[in-house]
Amino acid sequence: MTSPGDSGARETWPLWEVFIRSSRGLSHVHAGSLHAPDETMAVRNARDLYTRRSEGVSIWVVPASAITTSDPDAKGEFFESPQGKEYRHATYYTKSDGVPHL
Amino acid sequence: MATSTSTAGSDIAAPGIAAADAAGEARFAELLATESRVEPTDWMPAAYRKTLVRQISQHAHSEIIGMQPEGNWITRAPSLKRKAILMAKVQDEAGHGLYLYSAAQTLGIDRETMFDQLLTGKAKYSSIFNYVTPTWADMGSIGWLVDGAAICNQVPLCRASYGPYGRAMVRICKEESFHQRQGFEILLELMRGTPGQREMAQESVNRWYAPALMMFGPPDDDSPNSAQSMAWNIKRFSNDDLRQRFVDMLVPQAEVLGVTLPDPDIRWNEERGHYDFGDLDWDEFHEVLAGRGQANAVRVANRRAAHDEGAWVREAARAYADARATETEGRIAS
Repeated sequence: MTSPGDSGARETWPLWEVFIRSSRGLSHVHAGSLHAPDETMAVRNARDLYTRRSEGVSIWVVPASAITTSDPDAKGEFFESPQGKEYRHATYYTKSDGVPHL
Repeated sequence: MATSTSTAGSDIAAPGIAAADAAGEARFAELLATESRVEPTDWMPAAYRKTLVRQISQHAHSEIIGMQPEGNWITRAPSLKRKAILMAKVQDEAGHGLYLYSAAQTLGIDRETMFDQLLTGKAKYSSIFNYVTPTWADMGSIGWLVDGAAICNQVPLCRASYGPYGRAMVRICKEESFHQRQGFEILLELMRGTPGQREMAQESVNRWYAPALMMFGPPDDDSPNSAQSMAWNIKRFSNDDLRQRFVDMLVPQAEVLGVTLPDPDIRWNEERGHYDFGDLDWDEFHEVLAGRGQANAVRVANRRAAHDEGAWVREAARAYADARATETEGRIAS
C-alpha cells in the first residue's frame, strides 16, 4: 500500500517523504512531505521547507510511492499481543528489589 | 458518541464492508473518547473527512494568499534588516501553506485540485487578507493583531484529533510567535517616534482591530458547524470564547504600546473576570466573505498569475527529471 497523500499521476511533481536528523547522534525522524520533480530538488526543497531555523544536520527524502506500510486493519493479528509476555520487561523481575545497581 | 447512519443500506449489498465500517466506526468513536489521534489510514466518517479537507485547505490557502499583503512591502520596508525580516516572515507563510497542503492531501484530495478550488473561488480563505496595506504601520498591525489572532486560534488546533493537522499546527505555532513579536515591535518603534509616526500606528490599529476580531468567525449562535467540530475534537473552544481570550490579551498589550483600541465599549468587567467589548459589524464580515472586500479580486488574480507564470518552470523541471530517469534506465539496460 502506498503512503497516504500520494495521489499519483495527476500531480505535476511526485510526492516525497522527508526525514530530518536534528543533530549528530540522533536518528532521522519523519518531518513531513513535499512535492519535487526529482531527488536533488526534493532535498533542496526539504532544506528550505523544514530547516529554516537550523532544525537539521542531515536530510533523507524517499519517494512516497516507495514506502510500504503495515495494514492498519490487521492491527490485532499483525502486532503480537503483549498479553502474558511481561517477562520481556525488567519490571517483571521483582525478587531483586532493593538490591543496588540492578 | 452517537453513531452515524453513513453505512445504512450497504449491508445488503456488501455485508463484509458493512461489518468493517461498523468496526471502524466503533474504533473512531473510541479514539475520540480517549482523546487519541485519528491517522490517515484509520476509518473515519465521510463528513469528518470532508470537514477536515475544507478546513485544512482553507487554512493552507489563507497562508498562501496571506503572503501578498506583506509581500507588497518587502521592497519598501524602511531598512535592510526590516526587509530581511519581512522576507523571512513571508517565506514562513509559504512554508505553512505547504505543511497544510500536505496534511490535507493525506485525506485523499490532491494538490492540483486544491489549487483549482482556490483559483476558481470554490474554496475560501481567511477574509482578513482581503484588506489592503497602504502604510508601513500595517506590517506592525498584521503581526500584532492578525498573527496574534491566528495564534490564539491555532494553539488549540495543535490538539486537533486528526494527527497530520495537529502536527502541522505544532510546527506552525512555533514559527508564528516570531511574527507576532516583530509586528508588536514595529508598532512600538513607531509609537516612540515622531507625532506623525504615532499617528500612522494609531490609524493602522484603528483599521485592523475589528477585522482581526472577526477572524474567529461569526458569533456562536450564528456558527452552525461549530458544535460538530467540537464533538469531533477538531475545534476545542467556541468562536466567542477565543475572541474573548484575544481581547483580554490585547488590552494590556495596547497599554504598553500606548495605542487606543478603537472600541469605546471596552472596559473591565469584575463580575465576569473579562473585558467587555462592543458588537462587531458582521454585515461587513459577510460582505468580504461574499467577495466584496477591498482586495478579493486582486488577491486571486495575483495568485492565478503566479501559478500560470510558474507553469513552465514546473513542467521543465518535470521534463528534465523524466529525461534523466529515461537516460539512467537506458544505461542500465545496455
